[in-house]
Amino acid sequence: MENFLQQLINGVTLGSIYGLIAIGYTMVFGIIGMINFAHGDVFMVSAFIAMLLFLAITAFLGISSLFLAFFIVLLAGMVLTSLWSWTIERIAYRPLRGSFRLAPLISAIGMSIFLANFVQVVQGPRNKPLPPMFNDVIKLTSGGDFDVTLAYKQIVIVAVTALLLAIFWFVVQKTSLGRAQRACEQDRKMAALLGINVDRTISITFVIGAALASVAGVLYLVNYGVVSFADGFIPGVKAFTAAVLGGIGSIPGAVLGGLLIGLVEVLWSAYVSSDYKNVAAFSILIVALIFMPSGLLGKPEIEKV
Amino acid sequence: MAGGSGDSTTPFDSGRLTYAVKQAGFAGLLTAGLGFPIIAFRAEPDIRNQLALQTRWSWLVTAIVLLAAARFLSLMLDGWRARTLAMAGLLMAAFGLGSAWFASQAAPALVWGTIAAGLLCIGAGFWLELRAAGTTAPAGPGPLRRIAATRAGALLGNWSAWIGLGALIAFPLVMLGWLGPAGSLKWINNYGVQILIFVMLGWGLNIVVGLAGLLDLGYVAFYAVGAYSYALLATTFGLTFWICLPLAGILAAFTGILLGFPVLRLRGDYLALVTLAFGEIIYLVLLNWVDLTNGEAGISSIPRVTFFGITFYDEPGGFSELFGLTFSPIYRTIFLFYLILFLALVTNFATLRLRRMPIGRAWEALREDEIACRSLGINTVNTKLTAFALGAMFGGFAGSFFAVRQGFVSPNSFTFIESATILSIVVLGGMGSQIGVALAAIVMIGGTELLRELDFLKQLFGNDFDPALYRMLIFGLAMVVMMVFRPRGFISTRAPSIFLKKRKGVSSEFVGQGSG
Repeated sequence: MENFLQQLINGVTLGSIYGLIAIGYTMVFGIIGMINFAHGDVFMVSAFIAMLLFLAITAFLGISSLFLAFFIVLLAGMVLTSLWSWTIERIAYRPLRGSFRLAPLISAIGMSIFLANFVQVVQGPRNKPLPPMFNDVIKLTSGGDFDVTLAYKQIVIVAVTALLLAIFWFVVQKTSLGRAQRACEQDRKMAALLGINVDRTISITFVIGAALASVAGVLYLVNYGVVSFADGFIPGVKAFTAAVLGGIGSIPGAVLGGLLIGLVEVLWSAYVSSDYKNVAAFSILIVALIFMPSGLLGKPEIEKV
Repeated sequence: MAGGSGDSTTPFDSGRLTYAVKQAGFAGLLTAGLGFPIIAFRAEPDIRNQLALQTRWSWLVTAIVLLAAARFLSLMLDGWRARTLAMAGLLMAAFGLGSAWFASQAAPALVWGTIAAGLLCIGAGFWLELRAAGTTAPAGPGPLRRIAATRAGALLGNWSAWIGLGALIAFPLVMLGWLGPAGSLKWINNYGVQILIFVMLGWGLNIVVGLAGLLDLGYVAFYAVGAYSYALLATTFGLTFWICLPLAGILAAFTGILLGFPVLRLRGDYLALVTLAFGEIIYLVLLNWVDLTNGEAGISSIPRVTFFGITFYDEPGGFSELFGLTFSPIYRTIFLFYLILFLALVTNFATLRLRRMPIGRAWEALREDEIACRSLGINTVNTKLTAFALGAMFGGFAGSFFAVRQGFVSPNSFTFIESATILSIVVLGGMGSQIGVALAAIVMIGGTELLRELDFLKQLFGNDFDPALYRMLIFGLAMVVMMVFRPRGFISTRAPSIFLKKRKGVSSEFVGQGSG
């Protein structure tokens, strides 16, 4: 029982990170119907940006307060990662709007390969270990087989995720920007006729997705304390699985899917086999796409001729 | 994109100049923002495994200047000759500038020579643009079309496939005669065999992606199944290559059907993701099922290729001894070259024939419009499954060739990157075009092999500069650039498989190539 409780805590922590990345996939798919294959690598770039900013802040500015540094890295990382995503959309996806269906997907795969190898070239192929942050733990139970603990970093991760999701939810539901975004999602042509700048809205969608992925990158760094250039692919596919499982196009679904994938991964490694934990995630992707392509919370898609 | 008005007589009026300068400034600023932490800083773990930060402002400045200049030049120059020349010049100047900064041991004459040549090229680009400004460009066909229109050109075009085939057959012998056994090994092996493997894989995947229009991101799974089939059958039961080859093909085809069945209902991009997941699962199983596959260590000491039973080792009864030649590993490589050439040609021949059969026409119809296809009574289930099975079978053949060539297989040869490489070859070649795929394989694989040869860059950038690292970087970029500028690939017209009176090329505008 203690073990299960501990795994549950770990799973929710991991799931929050996947959920944040998954929102980027689901929003982009919702608005232009394209799988942004490079999103996982944008997440990886953001983790690198966070790592470098963190080192730079402590080395050059001499800021010793961890919370202040964390806050600065979070904000600056969001801005810089958004810039990356904006540029990628502008040069690799926008010219392809109206091209044949698979063109953006292939372009995105190329972008993903480019980003991973660009980081490998400029930052070197070795893993980058950061000193551990937020190390203290709270003991939840004691006296059993082993103590169930809740690490500070896990609290930070879940708290930041919850806060960001709240802000994001407000933006999408209550502001004119969110309204324009939802309008484009429903009918791009009609939205354009009503005076919405569709290109700008799509750009903003990419920017928001990247900002959330950047938060996920910072949290990933806090959780694992190490990042490498190859870290974009597997978390990217898992987050995409989360988006599909929750129902692609649905934002609450992405978060739910992320939590579920995180739990499945952690429980699978604890009780079945840690070697095959990625197989579990990929199998969920296959099963979800085949048997319930509209996911848990998505709307069924009807193909019209 | 273009800012200036096209019909003004002077190409460099002030409005255009201001616009270009503004855009260049913006590109520079953007580069600064993108590169700020990730180029300007570099973190490398030191001996105590703690990250130490280095700053590299010179890298960032180079990147900013380079991209701003590239944007400026692309806005100022319209003619493609002028533009290409100027871009090449810019690249050269950047190389020179970079080497002056990064490698102190570079010879000054080399550095300044490169910079001067680069600036000269840029100047020549502007001169070309100015000269072309007075005259209107002839709207006739391009140079290639003009050559093709002449009688000799038409003859050349008709025979080009045979000329290419002749060149391929002669290639290893010419190389052997020219460079000798030791010198030609690298060329035949790294260029010849390596490229032909990818030509074959590209043609195999072309059946699935190019003809049937099913985007497969996990093609490497079938390649892996073929390789491991041969490796396991040969090491466990001692079967020879020629028995294992069809078995590997059949096993891979079954894997293809196994994958095909559940994914039949999925649309283009969902299908892509499922095949991607499938390929990754195969990779992970190969990695973790240690009892069968020996895990990451792989299977070694696989029997090497024999000349119909005669080994290529330096031993009595070996190939060299039997034919009275001095022993050299080159004979095995040459045999491998002809073997893969044969296998690739079988793939090509089968594809070309299949295209004319009802099943091939059903594939192409399926690619163009699945709903119309179903309305006309075509069994889409069988059509998709045969495409998957046949594509997988050729992948399996290539895989077992890979195993017999290497004598060693490990899961690391079958990662997603390989799938992406094969897919990009099919896409760059122009999906569905056989000759395009072959061209793309030569350019992509030969090009990346050539990168290993660029040792002179080490003189410019210092010894720790490794051009091979840039291989996948350029690869990814090429995929994006290709999609943006030539989404239909190198060969973008389509020759119909059946026709009424005369075969006429169909412009790519009219076919829904590859849409799911």
